[in-house]
Amino acid sequence: MAMTDPISADRTAMKVSDEVAIEITKMNKWYGQFHVLRDIDLTVYRGERIVICGPSGSGKSTLIRCINALEEHQAGSIVVDGTTLSSDLKNIDKIRSEVGMCFQHFNLFPHLTILENCTLAPIWVRKTPRKEAEDTAMHFLEKVKIPDQANKYPGQLSGGQQQRVAIARSLCMRPRIMLFDEPTSALDPEMIKEVLDTMIELAEEGMTMLCVTHEMGFARQVANRVIFMDAGQIVEQNEPEEFFNNPKSDRTQLFLSQILGH
Amino acid sequence: MSDTHAQTVAFVRETQIPPAPPPTMETGAIKWVRENLFSGWANTLLTLVSIYFIYQLATFVLPWVLNGVWNTSSLSECRDVLQGVTGGCFSVLTDRWNQLLFGFQYPSEFYWRPSLAFVLLFLAAAPVLFFDLPRKLLIFTGLYPFIAYWLIWGGTILAPILALLGFVVGYFVFQRFVKESFAMGFFGAIVAAFLTWWLGGYVVDAVASEDTLLTAVPSRDMGGFMLNMILGTVCVSLSLPFGILLALGRQSDMPIIKWICVVFIEFIRGVPLITLLFVANVVLAYFLPPGTTFDLILRVIIMITMFASAYIAEVIRGGLAALPKGQYEAADSLGLDYPQAMRLIILPQALKISIPGIVNVAVGLFKDTTLVSVISMFDLVGMIRGPILASTDWNGVYWELFSFAALLFFIVCYGISQYSQWLERRLATDHR
Ligand SMILES: Nc1ncnc2c1ncn2[C@@H]1O[C@H](COP(=O)(O)OP(=O)(O)OP(=O)(O)O)[C@@H](O)[C@H]1O
Ligand SMILES: [Mg+2]
Repeated sequence: MAMTDPISADRTAMKVSDEVAIEITKMNKWYGQFHVLRDIDLTVYRGERIVICGPSGSGKSTLIRCINALEEHQAGSIVVDGTTLSSDLKNIDKIRSEVGMCFQHFNLFPHLTILENCTLAPIWVRKTPRKEAEDTAMHFLEKVKIPDQANKYPGQLSGGQQQRVAIARSLCMRPRIMLFDEPTSALDPEMIKEVLDTMIELAEEGMTMLCVTHEMGFARQVANRVIFMDAGQIVEQNEPEEFFNNPKSDRTQLFLSQILGH
Repeated sequence: MSDTHAQTVAFVRETQIPPAPPPTMETGAIKWVRENLFSGWANTLLTLVSIYFIYQLATFVLPWVLNGVWNTSSLSECRDVLQGVTGGCFSVLTDRWNQLLFGFQYPSEFYWRPSLAFVLLFLAAAPVLFFDLPRKLLIFTGLYPFIAYWLIWGGTILAPILALLGFVVGYFVFQRFVKESFAMGFFGAIVAAFLTWWLGGYVVDAVASEDTLLTAVPSRDMGGFMLNMILGTVCVSLSLPFGILLALGRQSDMPIIKWICVVFIEFIRGVPLITLLFVANVVLAYFLPPGTTFDLILRVIIMITMFASAYIAEVIRGGLAALPKGQYEAADSLGLDYPQAMRLIILPQALKISIPGIVNVAVGLFKDTTLVSVISMFDLVGMIRGPILASTDWNGVYWELFSFAALLFFIVCYGISQYSQWLERRLATDHR
């Protein structure tokens, strides 16, 4: 039945290349004495859409934040787009400008207008001329369907609109990889849909995406891999169909029954 | 029964309620007075008591002001004119007007110079205070300190030009090296600027001629309200950038910088300003090589600036702490480097939060400039306490003089406070 679903058919149309976008090997992280991430191995190919799920405190946010060096890892290696993450600030800034990130609480800059939010990084980091940066920003604001709000301040927008602006802001840097950390969990159901629609559109264009989310519908629809984390480890990963219909580990089964069963 | 029940529970709206205008507020002076002044017996009692006190104050102050004498040249003359009637001898103000404003040693034929500098101050401050004005005006703001120095102190024009040159050289060195690393640009600029000043100093000494366009006036001749204004403007405008640097330094990941800032802030905050001024006056001379003359006003400016920047640093630290961590992370995740993130994202917001605190420090600092009178500098209060009250003509006119001083300071401080309120409203873009 799932195979005849038009959306699933769509998904198989989305290409995954065999070029490696992110390569994580034996990565470990501690907060003081607390071992948050343990021996993480993960290879992400360009064009892949990966959904990461797992119970609260399992280290999902930490993992995704390590990828753009918002958190430091202490052992193992992370290679993003061919650049190895080290404590060298030049490398870090390079990776950050290649990797877009969307946060649970949007983190828009409240003292700047929507347009300024979107043009700031291109102008200062990429040294794009202002005019060009504004054109790009308007292009992406149209894409997330809020071009008419460009001159408002973030505080005047709804949560869903703010999150879409945050996505547009990241896209303005023309990232090759997008990270999402629970982008919809601070939103009302009605707004969740508008944000997810934007993300689906992005996936269809072939963006490499890593997304921490508990929106299982979204995972089924766009992901080509679902990763389940628990206690700082990757416990199971599989194609969404297999993952949801036929989970292998007990912990995954328990988690899925809790999150889908109510 | 069941019918009505069904009606109350299941409900479908068939018509939209059209939007209605809000109810008009009842207005009118009488209504306002009744609601605000006489709404209950306690309120009424308070109102009556207040009216009584205002009346008493008015009957005391008004005749004093209205009967004031403005054109005599000594206290005894003024008393003759008044003939025992209540009235202020405001003629002390007209008689000693120039002394109150410029001190008693500033050459009277040059009064136009500080006055011009004062007028230009508004022009220079405008683009900083009101950022809707064209940004080109900032060029004048940048030149103003050198122009004002030259106007007030006079002397060879080469000195302020050399000072300006040092900053320009520093700026270009910074631009050149900041691409390598921020620290290199920063320290390179400082070294370059000092080198320029040091070498230029010899050139200026050699070249400068005795007869200059503006006659030099030494620092010890500065006085009156002019001195308060000089100290106030210079120290406020210097302590803000230093305060910002200290606040950022205190948050730094680099232990040495962090420690220097913490020790500096805690030490300066723990010491009374008066002590620092005495240090500036006396003790600093011991540490300097013998023979060097280190301008007293400059020493005082350094001390007051250090004092104020320690306070401003703490105020700004509060603003920095109030920002959600997400703002730092968002700036980082977009690839902004540290100076960019601070300048574009963090500081604009932190400073906005800190405005009330900064204004508080600025107002306090401006009033504290009167403390220099204890190290025998003749600022406005020093003039009043010293040369004017000690003179045989005006011995004993306390009320008029000190009311005048209070009024001058009040005008400036109230102006600052009003500006800050306007600024807060102007910057209110969030929480709407
Ligand atoms: N700055 C920190 N210092 C110390 N411990 C931390 C810190 N941040 C997170 N942790 C701990 O690390 C673990 C993983 O946190 P993380 O935020 O990655 O979890 P998560 O999977 O994203 O959970 P959630 O679904 O609630 O967002 C948690 O146990 C948390 O308490
Ligand atoms: Mg999380």
